[in-house]
Amino acid sequence: MSRPLSPPRWSALSALFLALLLALTACGGSPSSSSAASGSSTPAAAQWPVTVTGTNGSVTVKAKPVSIVSLSATATEMLFAVGAGSQVKAVDSTSDYPSTAPITKLSAFTPNAEAIAAYKPDLVVLSDDMNGIVKNLGALSIPALQLSAAKTLDDSYAQLQTLGKATGHTDKAAEVVSEMQHRIKEAVDSVPASAKGEKVYHEVDQTGYSATSATFIGSVYTLLGLKNIADQAPKAASGYPQLSAEYVVGQAPDLIVLADTDCCKQTTALLAKRPAFGTVPAVKNNKVLEVKDAVASRWGPRIADFVEEVAKELRG
Amino acid sequence: MLALGGTGLALVLALLAGVTIGAIPLSPLAVVATLTDRLTGFVGWHTGAALSGTDAAVLLQLRLPRVILAALVGAALAISGAAYQGVFRNPLADPYLLGAAAGAGLGATLVIAYAPDQSLGPVGIVPLAAFVGALVGVGCALALGTAAGGSQSATLLLAGVAVAAFLAAAQTLVQQQNTDDLRAVYGWLLGQLGRAQWSDIALVLPYLGAAVLVLLLCGRALDVLAVGDDEARSLGVHPGRLRLIVILAASLATASAVAVSGLIGFVGLIIPHVARRLVGGAHALVLPVSLLAGGAFLVLADLVARVVIAPAELPLGVVTAFIGAPFFAGLLWAGARRR
Repeated sequence: MSRPLSPPRWSALSALFLALLLALTACGGSPSSSSAASGSSTPAAAQWPVTVTGTNGSVTVKAKPVSIVSLSATATEMLFAVGAGSQVKAVDSTSDYPSTAPITKLSAFTPNAEAIAAYKPDLVVLSDDMNGIVKNLGALSIPALQLSAAKTLDDSYAQLQTLGKATGHTDKAAEVVSEMQHRIKEAVDSVPASAKGEKVYHEVDQTGYSATSATFIGSVYTLLGLKNIADQAPKAASGYPQLSAEYVVGQAPDLIVLADTDCCKQTTALLAKRPAFGTVPAVKNNKVLEVKDAVASRWGPRIADFVEEVAKELRG
Repeated sequence: MLALGGTGLALVLALLAGVTIGAIPLSPLAVVATLTDRLTGFVGWHTGAALSGTDAAVLLQLRLPRVILAALVGAALAISGAAYQGVFRNPLADPYLLGAAAGAGLGATLVIAYAPDQSLGPVGIVPLAAFVGALVGVGCALALGTAAGGSQSATLLLAGVAVAAFLAAAQTLVQQQNTDDLRAVYGWLLGQLGRAQWSDIALVLPYLGAAVLVLLLCGRALDVLAVGDDEARSLGVHPGRLRLIVILAASLATASAVAVSGLIGFVGLIIPHVARRLVGGAHALVLPVSLLAGGAFLVLADLVARVVIAPAELPLGVVTAFIGAPFFAGLLWAGARRR
């Protein structure tokens, strides 16, 4: 006579089954990944393992990573800038720059540890710990380096250096940082004294979302000597308040930066057609700058391009 | 009649407060002078104290259309809610009951996510998609409901629940596939009037006007229907036909409102109850009082949304629930005490 299995026996059985499965997949992993080609470009710096510090604490990378998965569009840009592009195996669906990045359907918003593990990564870089992904990757013994959104340019430089160290490109990363610093200083110095103190409105989308000086992009305007009209909003919206249209018009900004040209297809012409915007000095004097959303919303190396563009607009 | 006059006065006062107060301080006298100028300008009579330049542009191109649109949207949602509650003889009915909100949400999300261009001439493409989506949602619910159970209002309600759930799921799916557009979609779902302009008013006024007129004319018939289908029939009212007409008109008004403001909750649910407290159960009065009170309420709610954390804004849907829920609770409590 066969009796149905009692609950405790069921769970014992399924635990056994799970353990077997785990053992199988562990054995199935490729054995060759540890004997990766050592970096030829930076022979002296390659002292493995290295330990770097991310938002999630210290992360140890055992050997020079050769199969990096990036779940952050900014990190992807940084990895390619410091010369680790060839080590990047997969990037998430928002990492659209540079065009040579191996873009996949991996999601950074609803990340799936299994889908990431399928790339057999030896390093995962991400900016936001969504759905407990860092813990899940830890359970799979995959080192995850979290670099959350930079608040200042210095944060951005530090992240570039962290990624340089973690991927075996310390020297190249230092080079990238000093070049950025040089370009940004040149741009800031080129702004005429007459443009200092001008009022800027940075538009994140056409419903009036803007960025205060407390944000990364806002710190760039402070650096350029501009006055940010979003700063009068209460700090409630973590630096990205939704300004009312009549406030924007009433503040009469001298410069408007449209960082919603991709998401929301905004243009200088559409801005001028909005009700009451015809009276705004920036519109009347044609001081409206259209920038790529991605350049203005990421904290990667292309921020130097952005500073140069704004400085050029301010020079006239 | 007293209640009608009172709510009418409330609406006028709300409109005045709405145009005078805002993120930019404008003198109330200058505002009134400017508006009088615009109204009487064509006969060549000017006060001379009118605003000019940026201030005039802010008042006439931003604040005025926004306040008027708030009044129209609030009025439309409130009278639709009153009509739905009457037709379904259900105090929990609201204008979004038959899938109008879910349909509009899906339409707007699809367009935000996939349309290559966000504007079509002077009118945004999102309002059009939301309008069509709302009508499609209600249409599906009506088709399903009538196919399943004729004019039984309970069957129709259940059909609405099913259609709304399905469309909401589809909307969430599209939204998850297009995380880049999350903020735009959420901004729309929470309801907003920040981009209100005269063309929006021109877009919805014809539909809104026609629908509201039909609803107002149906007031007495709804009162007859409230007695029961058989009694209504004996009094010469065709219950099925009346229900269909009222639902179609209310849905058209809701779709127009949703198109230009996104999803604004609570107005359509509570204002009819407020109206009933004021004038009793007769639809011939509840409908017009809801219309006026709804307009006044939304103008004030939008004023709060613009002013509380000025120069930043709160989502309008959040404000209506925040003010509306405690107000409604207080009303229920007061009613219970009186009994």
